[in-house]
Amino acid sequence: MRLLAVERIKLFSTRSPYWCLAVVLAAALLFAILMGTLQNGENASVFTSQSGLGLGMSVFMVLATLAVTTEYRFGTIRTSFQAVPRRANVLLAKTGLLVVLAAVTATVSSFAAFFLVKALAHSPAEPLTLATGGDWRAVLGHAALFPIAAVIALAVGVLVRQSAGAITIVLVWPLLIESLVRLIPKVGSDISNWMPFNAGSKFVTYISSGGLPQEALSQVLSGGPTPLEGLAVFAGTAVALWIVALLVLQRRDA
Amino acid sequence: MTIEVRDLTKVYGKTLAVDHLSFEVRPGMVTGFLGPNGAGKSTTMRMILGLDRPTSGRSLIDGKPYHDLHDPLTRVGSLLDANWVHPNRSARAHLRWMARSNGLPTSRVDEVLELVGLHDVAGKSAGQYSLGMKQRLGLAGALLGDPGVLLFDEPVNGLDPEGILWIRTLMRNLAAQGRTVLVSSHLLSEMALTADHLVVIGRGRLIADAPTAEFISAATRSTVRVRSPRITELVPLLQAQLAATVEPVDGAPDAATVSGAAIDRIGEAAAAAGIALHELSPQNGSLEQAFIELTAGSAEFASHPGPSGTAPSAGQGPSVPGRAAQWSPDGSTLAPDGSAVAPPTPDAYQPAAARHTAPEGN
Repeated sequence: MRLLAVERIKLFSTRSPYWCLAVVLAAALLFAILMGTLQNGENASVFTSQSGLGLGMSVFMVLATLAVTTEYRFGTIRTSFQAVPRRANVLLAKTGLLVVLAAVTATVSSFAAFFLVKALAHSPAEPLTLATGGDWRAVLGHAALFPIAAVIALAVGVLVRQSAGAITIVLVWPLLIESLVRLIPKVGSDISNWMPFNAGSKFVTYISSGGLPQEALSQVLSGGPTPLEGLAVFAGTAVALWIVALLVLQRRDA
Repeated sequence: MTIEVRDLTKVYGKTLAVDHLSFEVRPGMVTGFLGPNGAGKSTTMRMILGLDRPTSGRSLIDGKPYHDLHDPLTRVGSLLDANWVHPNRSARAHLRWMARSNGLPTSRVDEVLELVGLHDVAGKSAGQYSLGMKQRLGLAGALLGDPGVLLFDEPVNGLDPEGILWIRTLMRNLAAQGRTVLVSSHLLSEMALTADHLVVIGRGRLIADAPTAEFISAATRSTVRVRSPRITELVPLLQAQLAATVEPVDGAPDAATVSGAAIDRIGEAAAAAGIALHELSPQNGSLEQAFIELTAGSAEFASHPGPSGTAPSAGQGPSVPGRAAQWSPDGSTLAPDGSAVAPPTPDAYQPAAARHTAPEGN
């Protein structure tokens, strides 16, 4: 607990985390406003109310990456390891704090987006209620995805140590690489569906009925893992990367 | 509380940064850790603090590796680099997380801020601090846990005279309180004023481990320069009568450098033999000169093939410092091309009486 408090002081005594958190919330709300108001909210559904969360997750990953790369950038990582020579404990505390923060941020953002859409949309394609398990998963599922993404970002930060490089990786990987793989003939789309971020996103994909045009619907649903499989792939990737990061961290000179 | 460095070695790729280094730092005095830039001082300190992993050997604090210290900030304080602070974080927040990590009360943060004179600017972000203020913040961090062991890496670098004096006094006071203080520097003149004991390294190897006064008097032992039209007769005379060591002077065939004989006796001996002297002058080696001689060829960038392997790294070297090398007043022994490099480093300079630490450690 002591080390969690240490990491909390470190994180919240600089400005960038506040900016990142504000941007996550802003992204969620901005997309919610668009969904709720465009064409009187005809496209609004539980699923589409969460359109800004994907971008928000990327921004949160930037926050998580910076939490470790700035320590390398400014040399405070050495002070951290002098204060706590057991490096695993430093990494565990950082991870713990970011996981909690990610879950809280995702919960607040996704509910805020959902209720904003619900308030704005005059004629939604479907009733905007959290009736089924699938509805809940589409909203609250982000509280599972954000922490996993944060762990991946943290691990990349530890491995790369340098802000620009690490941020590039955590942004390009989900936003670009996993989509480009789809262009590989024949197997591309199968591979892409099972890649960590795409797989993870299945967990919050839930189409009850008309929310999307039929062709988009079929594309979203075509193949790939089930929601739980997707979550497992995503979480497994995070755990594997985190362990590699820990091993490297313990071996390397600070 | 002592720091023990035992057979410590660090290899970076092909570079041997620290080479089987052994020494001990004792409480109650300031120990200067001296060597030219690149000699391996910072690397050694980082290994003592558990930041870098030694290739072989180990370092112990009070008999324990750094990793095994409980709440290490309460045992060991350090200032390795004053710039190791987040520029957007306030000084108080910086110290607050350090305090929290080792179970120290927040009140201690205010105490050390008061101690280093930063109390009024503690809320400012560290990025707005001058180097001197950052240095004070670093010291506050080092003193936070009231540790018995303190390590400072080049603490006076870039400070104004007032700051230098302040740090020097602080270090002496800390040692007077019975703490173990290790201060690195590449300036012998600075260490002469601060340190009671010196550990001198070059190219990662131990060159000397002796009380400061003894080291300096041995290293700067003065010589006498003589010039005479009958130098060829004078030299054997001095060697025979005074048992002096005489070396020729480059570019001055009528001159010689005499060591091991008093200047008066040299003049008298010459007069008795009826040899006219054109010059008889004492040559007091400066600290810097002596230091350059001692570490010549051990500076990291004086890249001549070192006598690796042949060197008994510590313990049995009876050799006298620098005597093998010619004086080179312009410091040309450090020429990067290695052209003017002096003969291989005296392996280990340890005045027998001065060495309180047996090579095996005690």
